[in-house]
Amino acid sequence: MWISKTIFNHFKSRLNFTPNYAPLSLLSPRRFASTIAQNPSTFNSIHDANQVIDFPGGTVKFIPEMRFISESSPQRIPCYRVLDDDGQPLANNFVQVSEEVAVRMYSNMVTLQIMDTIFYEAQRQGRISFYATTIGEEAINIASAAALTRDDVIFPQYREPGPLLWRGFTLQEIAHQCFSNKYDNGKGRQMPIHYGSNKHNYFTVASTVATQVPHAVGAAYSLKMDKKDACSITYFGDGGSSEGDFHAALNFAAVMEAPVIFLCRNNGWAISTPTSDQFRSDGVVVKGQAYGVRSIRVDGNDALAIYNAVQAAREMAISEERPVLIEALTYRVGHHSTSDDSTKYRPANEIEWWRLARDPVARFRKWIERNGWWNDMAESELRNSLRQQLLHSIQVAENIEKPPIEDIFNDVYDVPPSNLREQEQWVKDTIKKHPLDYPENISA
Amino acid sequence: MATLFQGVGAVTPFSASSSLDSNKLLLPSRKSLSISDSRGSIFVYRSDALNLKAATRKQDLLIPNAVATKGETSTSAKSGHELLLFEALHEGLEEEMERDPRVCVMGEDVGHYGGSYKVTKGLAEKYGDLRVLDTPIAENSFTGMGIGAAMTGLRPIVEGMNMGFLLLAFNQISNNCGMLHYTSGGQFTIPIVIRGPGGVGRQLGAEHSQRLESYFQSIPGIQMVACSTPYNAKGLMKAAIRSENPVILFEHVLLYNLKERIPDEEYVLSLEEAEMVRPGEHITILTYSRMRYHVMQAAKTLVNKGYDPEVIDIRSLKPFDLYTIGCSVKKTHRVLIVEECMRTGGIGASLTAAITENFHDYLDAPIVCLSSQDVPTPYAGTLEEWTVVQPAQIVSAVEQLCQ
Repeated sequence: MWISKTIFNHFKSRLNFTPNYAPLSLLSPRRFASTIAQNPSTFNSIHDANQVIDFPGGTVKFIPEMRFISESSPQRIPCYRVLDDDGQPLANNFVQVSEEVAVRMYSNMVTLQIMDTIFYEAQRQGRISFYATTIGEEAINIASAAALTRDDVIFPQYREPGPLLWRGFTLQEIAHQCFSNKYDNGKGRQMPIHYGSNKHNYFTVASTVATQVPHAVGAAYSLKMDKKDACSITYFGDGGSSEGDFHAALNFAAVMEAPVIFLCRNNGWAISTPTSDQFRSDGVVVKGQAYGVRSIRVDGNDALAIYNAVQAAREMAISEERPVLIEALTYRVGHHSTSDDSTKYRPANEIEWWRLARDPVARFRKWIERNGWWNDMAESELRNSLRQQLLHSIQVAENIEKPPIEDIFNDVYDVPPSNLREQEQWVKDTIKKHPLDYPENISA
Repeated sequence: MATLFQGVGAVTPFSASSSLDSNKLLLPSRKSLSISDSRGSIFVYRSDALNLKAATRKQDLLIPNAVATKGETSTSAKSGHELLLFEALHEGLEEEMERDPRVCVMGEDVGHYGGSYKVTKGLAEKYGDLRVLDTPIAENSFTGMGIGAAMTGLRPIVEGMNMGFLLLAFNQISNNCGMLHYTSGGQFTIPIVIRGPGGVGRQLGAEHSQRLESYFQSIPGIQMVACSTPYNAKGLMKAAIRSENPVILFEHVLLYNLKERIPDEEYVLSLEEAEMVRPGEHITILTYSRMRYHVMQAAKTLVNKGYDPEVIDIRSLKPFDLYTIGCSVKKTHRVLIVEECMRTGGIGASLTAAITENFHDYLDAPIVCLSSQDVPTPYAGTLEEWTVVQPAQIVSAVEQLCQ
């Protein structure tokens, strides 16, 4: 494959053919499907396989013009949507969801919305220390989960409790985690909203941005080795796509042909950084092609579009053993978290507009109502019942005691080593000696 | 990397004038979980076991402990097989891959190339591209991938081409690998092994002479071990793979070509135990990895001068085997730590603190720690040699301590 420089220079000007080639591996011999030039009028075609020059990675066509690829294309990548702003289908080519699934999706979206509102209020009242809402992104959360199966493993960032709700994680369990009490799956070790449940195939949220993206690729690799009918999916935001882990993970997934879905919630803001300061590409979807990953841009506030896209992506990922990148365009209606006041960096009326006019929940509601599957009475019943449930869950969780002291030291390793046991004893002794200096609701 | 060989199984990589005979250096204690011999019965070797190779080697330096465990037989020179340290690692790895189909390897150039140090040679051909995975150059991400795979049920071994490159993986190792078992409330385990060559080599330059054990030692949730002989390399590799905790296995660039005879039967060592290299009475010398050999060379000189040092290869860098160390301190009352880490924040610093806290009453003298200086490793050979602790320094430190 390697030709010395002099020969290269000799043939450089004469090489003008365009083979249609299948992707070549460095380890396999070169193959040409065809040696017909694509633009015979422009070039003289020379047709001699022995004079072909190619580089590691495959053959390339040579051109005498110096042509820079533009940093942006004239058109932005179009965005797939099924329902218009009014909940009317734009065409009939989408995968239908049954009444049961649609109503379940809608109920979960409402649950997510109300859950967020009430927990946010609870934080403001000082009952929990921290919360981050998913307002505006309910469709992404629920519809993507609805399109997956229970065997598909989920690697969330932190703004995706929806799939947990879809899979049956209860509001009470959510409350336990937020209150870090002894019934929390995580045994009180993580901040609120850092849910995790192996029963639900939902991996524990870590605060670090985009570290879950390579994890998902590793899990997909594991699923592929075991030949399972399942994929992994990972969520991250527009900000997360700047992290090194995102780029390497996409690259790896493509090279390893791993069945993973990368779902980017491009909600316009990374705390106070707008996307114009985050990247200068046409969003995140164009980055897929750079790594050899099939990608699509979807209207993130359209539950049916998300459902269709994720379902199709899952099929591709598993049957074709390839990664898929989905960029869901949406808007982060809430603040980044309870530690943020986003009116400081964006206009309040912009936030309100997205909250009301572009609410994904309301939009989906219009569609299901039009199908006769929902009505006002069902709506108010649902909302009232949820409010009651949530307030009750919070009350219950608040009064349950915190995890025991042992849980500071367990699970660091499979079996606590002697130094940790010593440290645990020291803490317990200190608490016994100075009980008034320690909170009452911990058991020693 | 090239290491200097001298004679059969000679060990020292540092100076042309050394004339070490590995016969006298290698006295590993056979402390292992279990060994089954060809008849299928289990042998458990205790830490003070007689050196099984003693019968075939000269004994003038050794004061072997007279305790022998029941059922122990002194093997003849013909049993066992000789191999180099990297081959021992390879053997351990291959045995585990054979035994458990979930074990897989990922790293740069581990597949078709067989690994930069040939530890994974031939494995890709045998087990396929998926189980021995060549990764693109993104350490943080392939370590992350390994963590994701581990959480989903595989048992990956992540190879850093050089330990120093794992600095790029620090985020994944610290924030995820060490933490996710804990923060998930025990729901997800991460039985990953992260391994690679580190330490000061032969003029590799500062960036390739990192001693990462000092950076990683604080991370809660991980275990760290350092191998130093083909015997313990294979045993620790197997133990690390079988462990449910994330384990970082530190190998040393200059030790890959050490030769030793190791048993034919399967054995797995304990990750948390130190190795008694040479029992003694006057002073406890704690060391690990390459410095073990500098210490043993110094021991030769010391014995000639009439000292009787006890040399312990601590092997387990996190957690420390304070039991073995403690027993030794209670016997000798003097401690010298010899390490390759930088002085500030190194393994020696932590070990000094741990011994002082736990065994202060037994010490007759302050603990002395010999480490590398707090400088990046220079390239020039003469300069590099003096950043690493040399036997002469060890000898004079012992003489001073034993005054």
